[in-house]
Amino acid sequence: MSRTATTEPPKFRQTLEDANLQLAVYTATGRLMEKRREAVAADVLPEYQELRTQAHEIKKHTLDNLDYYLELFEERVKAHGGKVVYCKDGSEVADFVLRLAKERGARLIVKSKSMTTEEIDLNERLAHHQLESVETDLGEYILQLAHQRPYHIVAPALHLTRYDVANIFTEKLGVENETVIEKQTMIARGVLRQKFLQADIGISGANFLVADSGAVVIVENEGNARLTTSAPRIHIAVAGMEKMIARAQDLPVFLKLLGRSATGQPLTVYTSFLSGPRREGEVDGPEEFYVVLLDNGRTRLLADREKRQSLYCIRCGACLNHCPVYRKVGGHNYPWVYSGPIGAVITPQYMGVGKDPWLPFASSLCGACYEVCPVKINIPKLLLDLRSEVTKLKAKERAGWAERTAFRLWAWVMRHPRIYELMGSMTAAFFPEGETPGWLRSVPPFMNIGPLKKWLSQRDLPRPASKSFRQHWRSRRKGVR
Amino acid sequence: MGPRVALFVTCIVDQLFPRVGLAMADVLERIGCEVDFPEAQTCCGQPAFNSGYRAEARDVARHFLSVFEQAEYIVVPSGSCTSMISHHYAELFRKEPEWLDRARAVGSRVVEFSTFLTEVMKVEDVGARLDAVVTYHDSCHALRELSVKSGPRRLLGRVRGLTLKEMDRAEECCGFGGTFSVKFAETSGGMVRTKVDSILRTGAEIVVSIDSSCLMQLQGALARANAPVRTMHLAEVLASR
Repeated sequence: MSRTATTEPPKFRQTLEDANLQLAVYTATGRLMEKRREAVAADVLPEYQELRTQAHEIKKHTLDNLDYYLELFEERVKAHGGKVVYCKDGSEVADFVLRLAKERGARLIVKSKSMTTEEIDLNERLAHHQLESVETDLGEYILQLAHQRPYHIVAPALHLTRYDVANIFTEKLGVENETVIEKQTMIARGVLRQKFLQADIGISGANFLVADSGAVVIVENEGNARLTTSAPRIHIAVAGMEKMIARAQDLPVFLKLLGRSATGQPLTVYTSFLSGPRREGEVDGPEEFYVVLLDNGRTRLLADREKRQSLYCIRCGACLNHCPVYRKVGGHNYPWVYSGPIGAVITPQYMGVGKDPWLPFASSLCGACYEVCPVKINIPKLLLDLRSEVTKLKAKERAGWAERTAFRLWAWVMRHPRIYELMGSMTAAFFPEGETPGWLRSVPPFMNIGPLKKWLSQRDLPRPASKSFRQHWRSRRKGVR
Repeated sequence: MGPRVALFVTCIVDQLFPRVGLAMADVLERIGCEVDFPEAQTCCGQPAFNSGYRAEARDVARHFLSVFEQAEYIVVPSGSCTSMISHHYAELFRKEPEWLDRARAVGSRVVEFSTFLTEVMKVEDVGARLDAVVTYHDSCHALRELSVKSGPRRLLGRVRGLTLKEMDRAEECCGFGGTFSVKFAETSGGMVRTKVDSILRTGAEIVVSIDSSCLMQLQGALARANAPVRTMHLAEVLASR
């Protein structure tokens, strides 16, 4: 398969044939689908559709005016005694953290869940300079021990069963094989409590940055983010700058949607509003507070008016759970940390459409993602736009000649009804009658190539009708039935 | 005499499942429509559009618009092709105002078959009879782009002798997706097998849909699994008596 192929990567097969993994992923995503459906049902949240529209409009307004809101946010953070740091890419973030750690003599970092830091491989970058950074979200902690990247935006270890986790703990922590989930949690808690107490720096992500209050908002269920942001003496929140929303009064719209869309919770267990370091008279909170605003390609996405909406994403993961493709191929077959439909939309924009040109094609365009997106990102439309960009790029690079020629010929035939009819009749003559009337299990070897072969690899093929509809119609009009 | 209706049977029905087109014509004539079949029709252009070949899709779309410009109603036995014309042509002709106007004018008169019966003709009972237990597959574009959900079920509800048993995954994609079915054959195969399991759990003898493309995928997988379930387009069910 060539680098420019827009077809299925061969590695998909391994996942598709792994029955245990298929069951784990299908069950876990199915449960999340069910919970979301209950949480947004008309009898419990009658304003659901209206909230989606509002969320979309708020994100649109904020991102259309992002320059203004970034300045406002920075001003407010400063007023609270914090500091905003702008970083172009992952290496600038790592440099900032390393420099700060060196200046403050910091040795240990605790981290709460953040896809943004996954995006820039922050842990690896810090480890490279002997700075230990420990994930404290249970799922992320398991993955860090197993040296895996998140399988899912919200539930990073969704693909692992408790038996997998037992094996990982035994191998990496040297504990007895423990398959009871509550006891596994206690094992992790035992390790992580010590880390929280020893850590000098806590690094968190951010679910929302509120421009008019200068607050970082974090939602979570385990309490580890609250500890990460309050126990160590320095707190650094790393966030993509698209996490901005204009006003604190807009927050309820998003908080109502995020938990429900992600896990079916009306609200997560913890919602933290963090604005600045500990103030005089306060008993807890960090001494220093930084918000690192990451670009890493976001300004490029922002520049494209059509595709800007992909930045509205609040990382709820609903599109993954509802995507029949994600549910089959899982999270690790996507080329970047962002998987599923939203990954298929943002990855080509960050990395360039030429890098994994198959990605926008890995969708049946069923639209389930758009239907459940709490901020109404039109993912199928964006996928179609990206597909068009891929074919244009391939034409420019003189790649994919066969497919392009086929579509040109096809389009020509479709504009010439008589030739279309003639070709239809000729094609039908090629196909033998099958065992089931009208359906073929195989075709002669000389025809078993290309798309036909691919079709037949999975299902039987309808035999082209010996008389097309138009031929039937002519007889019918003549009164011959 | 009822309204004049031009059939757009779609290329799949024309070449592979002509009986669906004939059934649709039967039903429309039965309820009093004057049915016409513009012979110059071919395809709506969706295969090229979905594969990223916009220029080629536009060429085919222009042909479609020229063929159907005079039609009062254009009735289509497919939610997917209907949506291509009524929704996606606007994207195709975004930069060509003259064609955009033509696309909008034609697009507003294109109606998916079941919707034409329930919303335009306000008919639910077309006098059909079919003694069978059936299950209904919501095709994605009909469901999510055209909001077709209850209409086909109401029509099925009026078919004498017919029992509708809903499957647990009615709204889940069958995995066809046009060229996706061959570009991502194994993923698509996995998706349809999940769907087939859901169909088999109902115990229905027949799967009904309003899109022949989904039915091609479903029947192909059912046949491959030697499952004793067949597929019928809604038009075929409604034409039965």
